[in-house]
Amino acid sequence: MTQRNARPMSPHLQVYKPQITSVLSIVHRITGLLLTAFAVGWAIWLVCLNRGPHALQIFQDLLNTIPGMLVALLAGWALFYHLLNGIRHLIWDTGRWLELETARRAGWAVLILSLLLTALAWRFWS
Amino acid sequence: MAEFTLPKNSRIKKGKHFSAAADAKRVRTFQVYRWDPDTGENPRIDRYEVDLEQCGPMILDAIIYIKNHIDPTLTFRRSCREGICGSCAMNIGGTNTLACTKAIADFKGDIKIYPLPHMQVVKDLIPDMTNFYAQHAAIKPWIQTESPPPPDKERLQSPKDREKLDGLYECIMCACCSASCPSYWWNSDRYLGPAILLQAYRWLADSRDEAKGERLDELEDPFRVYRCHTIMNCTSACPKGLNPAKAIAEIKKELVGRRSL
Repeated sequence: MTQRNARPMSPHLQVYKPQITSVLSIVHRITGLLLTAFAVGWAIWLVCLNRGPHALQIFQDLLNTIPGMLVALLAGWALFYHLLNGIRHLIWDTGRWLELETARRAGWAVLILSLLLTALAWRFWS
Repeated sequence: MAEFTLPKNSRIKKGKHFSAAADAKRVRTFQVYRWDPDTGENPRIDRYEVDLEQCGPMILDAIIYIKNHIDPTLTFRRSCREGICGSCAMNIGGTNTLACTKAIADFKGDIKIYPLPHMQVVKDLIPDMTNFYAQHAAIKPWIQTESPPPPDKERLQSPKDREKLDGLYECIMCACCSASCPSYWWNSDRYLGPAILLQAYRWLADSRDEAKGERLDELEDPFRVYRCHTIMNCTSACPKGLNPAKAIAEIKKELVGRRSL
């Protein structure tokens, strides 16, 4: 008999079906990372604020470009999503809402609410 | 560290195609993961056309039909064909389930069948379960007591205490849940995974067990329990309708609950 060959690893991410629960879970992590990055942007805004009207104007002008607005929208949505889903996580930590149907429904609610709140914030701010 | 892509020897190649007989009436194609340890070749996907008029209603029926009538080299585990032994756990149509309790009619189009994800493949649809079973043994899945048993009867349990084991004792250790969990994929060397943690909770929840403190000591670890991030692939995969995610949440509550402020 020939020498046995090294065993392959069965496919995982490549074949596993994304589900609302798992997708929202990875989105929670991604928005968390984004918020860390946006915190730096926010700090730069504070520095500009401290530097005076000219520096602040440069920052605001940047924000008023199309890419700037998209980044601001993304930051707002990431904040609302991470906040709402964080509350969902806290409820889970008490042992509640862990039945599959409840977890899915709460997930959809978080997603829709985060988009609504982003739209609302956009209306009030611009 | 998490590796999101497959190692070189695990990348999947195109395989053979087996056509159905010309007079076949209801043809369905099954794309099946194949790997032969004796050839040194990479895994491949073989495509089998099965006439559903000729075979039973379940995925396992189709796999057995393929082995008996099309390709006898196809290798897989199966035993009870009624969802109680857990042998035929595999990834079917993108989620882990038991081939014997999953109906062919639940799928549209080609049906893709892989071994349980992120496991070492022994051959074709057979994963190496050694680590999974070792982790099960590590949580001591048996009753542990200090007090002597009553001399004239068994250790009794009130109906109410017995009810606490519902949704836990039914687990058949098929590993569908553990092999569905991304945290388990990336950390199976240190994270116990949903199936084993559900079993761990089954013993924590048993009123007759007297080793609760030691059991919790064993679980109090950043990896063994806390790699669970409530992704819930486990609960959606469980072919027995159990809820490992909730059992893990209960363990976390026990761990926090015994801490002094």
